[in-house]
Amino acid sequence: MGDFFSQFATLFENYDVLGAFWVNIQLTFWAALLALVIGTVLALMRISPIPSLAWVGTAYVTIFRNTPLTIIMVFMTLGVWGQLKFELSQDFASNFFRLAVVALAVYHAAFVCEAIRSGVNTVPLGQAEAARAIGLSFLPAARIVILPQAFRGAVAPLGNTLIALIKNSTVAAAAGVATETSTLMKNMIEFNSSLIYAIFLTFAIGYVILVIPVGVATTALSRRLAVRR
Amino acid sequence: MEDPRTDPTAAADPTTPPTGQGAPHERAVDHRPDTDAEPVVRLTGVQKHFGDLHVLRDIDLAVAPGEVLVVIGPSGSGKSTLCRAINRLETIDEGEITVDGQPLPAEGRALARLRSEVGMVFQSFNLFAHKSVLDNVTLGPVKVRGRSRAEARKEAMGLLERVGVANQAEKMPAQLSGGQQQRVAIARALAMHPKVMLFDEPTSALDPEMINEVLDVMVELAREGMTMIVVTHEMGFARKAAHRVVFMADGQIVEQATPEEFFTNPRSDRAKDFLSKILTH
Ligand SMILES: Nc1ncnc2c1ncn2[C@@H]1O[C@H](COP(=O)(O)OP(=O)(O)OP(=O)(O)O)[C@@H](O)[C@H]1O
Ligand SMILES: [Mg+2]
Repeated sequence: MGDFFSQFATLFENYDVLGAFWVNIQLTFWAALLALVIGTVLALMRISPIPSLAWVGTAYVTIFRNTPLTIIMVFMTLGVWGQLKFELSQDFASNFFRLAVVALAVYHAAFVCEAIRSGVNTVPLGQAEAARAIGLSFLPAARIVILPQAFRGAVAPLGNTLIALIKNSTVAAAAGVATETSTLMKNMIEFNSSLIYAIFLTFAIGYVILVIPVGVATTALSRRLAVRR
Repeated sequence: MEDPRTDPTAAADPTTPPTGQGAPHERAVDHRPDTDAEPVVRLTGVQKHFGDLHVLRDIDLAVAPGEVLVVIGPSGSGKSTLCRAINRLETIDEGEITVDGQPLPAEGRALARLRSEVGMVFQSFNLFAHKSVLDNVTLGPVKVRGRSRAEARKEAMGLLERVGVANQAEKMPAQLSGGQQQRVAIARALAMHPKVMLFDEPTSALDPEMINEVLDVMVELAREGMTMIVVTHEMGFARKAAHRVVFMADGQIVEQATPEEFFTNPRSDRAKDFLSKILTH
């Protein structure tokens, strides 16, 4: 038993485990922020009265929800950066980091959009009609009346999307973000193959510690924020 | 003997003088609508279909300033659709609807502006569920009219006072009874200073004991000269406050008359049949 603990000690001494998790947390944070913005815009497009906008929103969701994240990630680096020469930073590492954030965001935006739309479905039609009846046009009605209620009804599915995003942030390895957890695990196994159980548990427990509070928080929040009708 | 239930306002409204034996339906509204002036709402040759269903058939209707119009008719006759068409919550296929002389704009800002001048009260109240009672009433004046928050609050408190729910101003809608919610909804519509108020069965979702508190507010509004279009089966309200009753069936206006005339002496068979049904059960 003591031996097993010393294995963890070896790993934490020789590798920057917390630093690697910190990279994934940062990837998640920025991607979540961007995905929330894109997803909200998409949801607005999908519920808008303008058919062409709604169509674009639907097309986006259909494409990005059904494309594997790894494909998007690899395309971001080899296609968007490698071929199209599209750069997000002069610095090599932060360029890859930002490309990975964009890939994570455009992918998860599709799920955010659907989460918000499920929230919109919890808002009775009469709310929108009352908003229009006092003279609010589409965008103000959405901003002041529909979305605030929709977000409160979408806390649980948004939480699920965030949990998926935390775990999917490891796919950034495919975009050359070399400092994140899955790449670190690869290195550990390569150089300390005798410690594979401790290595696996390090990362498994690390993600459990990251993910569980998010689940607990969103469950509590969705109950507290629920709109009483 | 008439069923007392058909006149729920008679007993409860304190503003009504004691009703003598010969006058079971004392009128509470005595002003005449200004029929010489430009109508506040005018529908001309309005047609509306839902798929194959012809819901509004060639509707011509003009509502004068200060007029209280009650729309009555069997379920599915198109009363709600008529109401909703007037502030364009439903589009129409043919014909023209004007509010204050202006044709309804198709969309955008112009339509929003026009809607802000038409007050609407729904059967299901539709108060903004995430906003306090007070915020429900100030939202339109602040966000649509650009009035200052302080000014809007002051006026909103006055309106809530007027409909008798000022002491509930800080509560959320779900904490209020149906009758209270509907009175807040009326205050919310009034806060926009509308040129006309539309009521689509404002009391039919309410428990019987709450109907009067809402009707009283409406009678008071009528007495003050508000132009009103009211879809309702509350005949007490119609006799007390309406200048004209419009009877609709199958998407058409079948007949229209003063309430007294319509309820005591309906001309069409459809109206006779309808009245016999709502009077006897
Ligand atoms: N959005 C819609 N799509 C299709 N049909 C509709 C729609 N709204 C209403 N209808 C139909 O149009 C007809 C008229 O409806 P409307 O709601 O105007 O009647 P109403 O006179 O208000 O009836 P009620 O007394 O039941 O409220 C009904 O047959 C109804 O089923
Ligand atoms: Mg109706």
